[in-house]
Amino acid sequence: MTSAIASPPRDAGSTLPGTRLDWIPLALIPAIALLALPLVSSLPTWVTLSVAGLAMGMMIFMMASGLTLVFGLMDVMNFAHGVFISVGAYAGASVLTRMTGQMQAESVLSNLSAMVPAVLAAIAVAGLLGWFFERVVIRPVYGDHLKQILVTMGGMIVVEQLIHVVWGPDIIPLPRPATFTGAFFLGDAAIERYRVLAVIVGLAVFAAMWLLLNRTRIGLLVRAGVENREMVESLGYRIRRLFVGVFVAGSGLAGLGGVMWAMYQESVNAQMGMQMMVMIFIVIIIGGLGSVVGCFVGALLVGLLANYTGFLAPKLALGSNILLMVLVLLWRPRGLYPIGKG
Amino acid sequence: MTPERMLAPMLSLRDVNTHIAQYHILHGVDFEVPRGSLTMLLGRNGAGKTTCLRTIMGLWHASAGSIRVDGRDITRAETPDVAQLGVAYVPENMGIFAGLTVRENLLLAARAAEPDAKRLDWIFGLFPAIKTFWNALAGNLSGGQKQMLAIARAIVEPRKLLLVDEPTKGLAPAIIGNMVEAFKELKRTETTILVVEQNFNFARSLGDLVAVMDSGHIVHTGGMDALAADAALQTRLLGFSLDAHQ
Amino acid sequence: MLARVLSGDFPRSRALAVALVVILVGLALAPFIVPGTRSLTVAAKVCVFVLLVASYDLLLGYTGIVSFAHTMFFGIGGYGVGIAMARMDSTWGALAIGVLVSLALSAVIALAIGLLSLRVRAIFFAMITLAVAAFFQILASQLSGITGGEDGINFKLPEALRPATSFFEATFFGVAVNGRLVSYYLVFAVALAFFLVLLRVVNSPFGRVLLSIRENEFRSEALGYRTVTYRTVANCLGALGATVAGILYAIWLRYTGPDTTLSFNIMIDILLMVVIGGMGTMYGSVIGATLFVVAQNYLQDLMKFASNAAQGVPLLPNLLHPDRWLLWLGLLFIVCVYYFPAGIVGKLRAAKEKP
Repeated sequence: MTSAIASPPRDAGSTLPGTRLDWIPLALIPAIALLALPLVSSLPTWVTLSVAGLAMGMMIFMMASGLTLVFGLMDVMNFAHGVFISVGAYAGASVLTRMTGQMQAESVLSNLSAMVPAVLAAIAVAGLLGWFFERVVIRPVYGDHLKQILVTMGGMIVVEQLIHVVWGPDIIPLPRPATFTGAFFLGDAAIERYRVLAVIVGLAVFAAMWLLLNRTRIGLLVRAGVENREMVESLGYRIRRLFVGVFVAGSGLAGLGGVMWAMYQESVNAQMGMQMMVMIFIVIIIGGLGSVVGCFVGALLVGLLANYTGFLAPKLALGSNILLMVLVLLWRPRGLYPIGKG
Repeated sequence: MTPERMLAPMLSLRDVNTHIAQYHILHGVDFEVPRGSLTMLLGRNGAGKTTCLRTIMGLWHASAGSIRVDGRDITRAETPDVAQLGVAYVPENMGIFAGLTVRENLLLAARAAEPDAKRLDWIFGLFPAIKTFWNALAGNLSGGQKQMLAIARAIVEPRKLLLVDEPTKGLAPAIIGNMVEAFKELKRTETTILVVEQNFNFARSLGDLVAVMDSGHIVHTGGMDALAADAALQTRLLGFSLDAHQ
Repeated sequence: MLARVLSGDFPRSRALAVALVVILVGLALAPFIVPGTRSLTVAAKVCVFVLLVASYDLLLGYTGIVSFAHTMFFGIGGYGVGIAMARMDSTWGALAIGVLVSLALSAVIALAIGLLSLRVRAIFFAMITLAVAAFFQILASQLSGITGGEDGINFKLPEALRPATSFFEATFFGVAVNGRLVSYYLVFAVALAFFLVLLRVVNSPFGRVLLSIRENEFRSEALGYRTVTYRTVANCLGALGATVAGILYAIWLRYTGPDTTLSFNIMIDILLMVVIGGMGTMYGSVIGATLFVVAQNYLQDLMKFASNAAQGVPLLPNLLHPDRWLLWLGLLFIVCVYYFPAGIVGKLRAAKEKP
């Protein structure tokens, strides 16, 4: 009885397309990789670059996904999203620098015993800051974009300064854990261990988000809320609570991305979040504001392109993502996966 | 239920005023929807009918006056609370979640539990297209199918009061016929219904009672039959446009 | 007479009028009141930033658009002069070419950005301008053959503006009449003139249309104003103002580089100045820029004193550390956005109306 709605009714023949994934943007990822292969001309180099690009893309995805969901759900653009990245990185670094023993040990388990608490600390501190930020800074300016931009910029300035107050003004060096340092060889291709870890974590985050969004009732609510907030409320759901949850989760994810990025860069500084913001904005614009799948595809495209151009034409590398954004917007003005606002 | 509550109308508006930004839209709206009735809210474009429904739903808040549903004051209530009292709302643009499947749209509307097979079969009987396109993306449905889904969503669980904004808007005559049948079936379940309508033929074939709005006021209330029989009154209240409607 | 100069837009508050007169007189007589290189540089910086912030206020306060590309236009001015002077010879002719080319370039870019992205929502415009500004920053650092990369460009000014050029043997009220003094008054006069032009713009019928668009876009559109056109024109005017400010700053510093013009930190400084001074007031840019530049140069001394006094209390010395002055301005900024949208100027004007 209860499963009546979960399973299709007898003789339910759906002649309309039911698949919701548009595969063309997804196909761009292998397309760009294959296009780069003859240009790079060396297979091992290409493999190395591709892994580096995927790793970078995965970390950008972690940092950007929360921002795009928050925008989709509540029409709020948080220009201070970058500070959650920085704060997460600092929180993680605080744990890691106290556990140098476990970090330097040549044992994966021992390394993980430092990294897991560091990652949890990053998520927790960034999430907590997100909760506070939503209540104090953003709540009074719902519906007013101009004030949102200004107030979140102000919040960014203040939190960045507070980072200096709490953690000091200097860059904190952050060595990678011993077993994730260096590279291994796949044929002739050198692959950095840490990058493989980043890809695994990124895939896990994406898979978890995808399952949450597509297989749970909360996910259903979030997807519906992104499309039409008013209608979700008219159906009797308190979307505010949902929004706070998404905001906190998104901030936590940014914190996770922050600590991952910090270990990748092997250092932490207060501006690192803001330095990522331009790239994050580009990624979520490319993906289509509000779309998690779009954000994922956009992040991977940006990551791959940055690494290929970095090798082929270093001078172009930093600007490559902007060129990509322009091209994507010329093709699809609302991004790869535009969200239909009902 | 106390006898007073039973006798009290399902919905009553008393001197409701609504402002949107600096514009004063509703100027003291007064009317009632008795239990189990189907009331038609008619009026020209811009008379304030949609604003009226949105104010009841709490999507806009009344600046003065009071709104009661089933005896409870909901004037200041937030939209989810109004919905949880048992009010279902079908907005003018239908509010279909285009990126969700038909099934997911209905699943979301069923708050308490997944609807049982009997209720679903009843809905499939009203709107066979829902069954046919069960796993299709709602955004790919035709206009008429979307409207059916929107109404199905509102009745997927039993509700006290249905607010429906222009269910016939943009629909082909044949589909409007289906819609009439569906509403007749709904009336048999004694659900209280308030429908905003422009299509007078549709309104005439379904309405028990009627309220007519003009410039943010209620200018007439009474039985549908009386209005249907009085061409002069129709012309005075609604203008000629409605006769031209079909 | 005064009404014409100020375009009928009076301070409307005695305290504000006094503050403005003090700032104006202070800047006009700066070389005589506060001799010394550091003080004169502070004064010149105030002049430049008043113009820069006023031109930003035209966008943010009067038109309601948030652009993060203002430093880009500031940079175009600086680099235009810098590149022209360094590539050609240090003559007035080269200066003129640099000025004209950078103004033309700014106008074209502002026009393009405006036409392409001012139709979309404020948030989208903000993100796009942020990306464009970042791109320009990258361009400036990558094309090091032309721009000098991270090091920027040092260049020589025309003879009359060089510090070593002395016009009289004697001093004038104890101040040497040299190219430095001429440079300062050039900066002061041009900044003042363009500030008055902007004041005229916002008080013209054009400015009133901008305000009505900011208040209610739908209504303005319904009244038949082509809002995109108005916004694009405003965007171009704002960009030109920023370019002139960039030109003046480069002339004063005899240098242009990413840190003095293109840096995102400068963008944040501009935001702080315009909001704290008062959005949509023009005079707010004078108050905001003066306060900020003075704070930047002198508040830190005060905080050092306070920080030392607070030694021993946990965290407090860090909070009062001279390098944390932005923290306090940031908090003031947030408070302003919430409670005093018209900033200090709005507060002063409101105080006058109460009694």
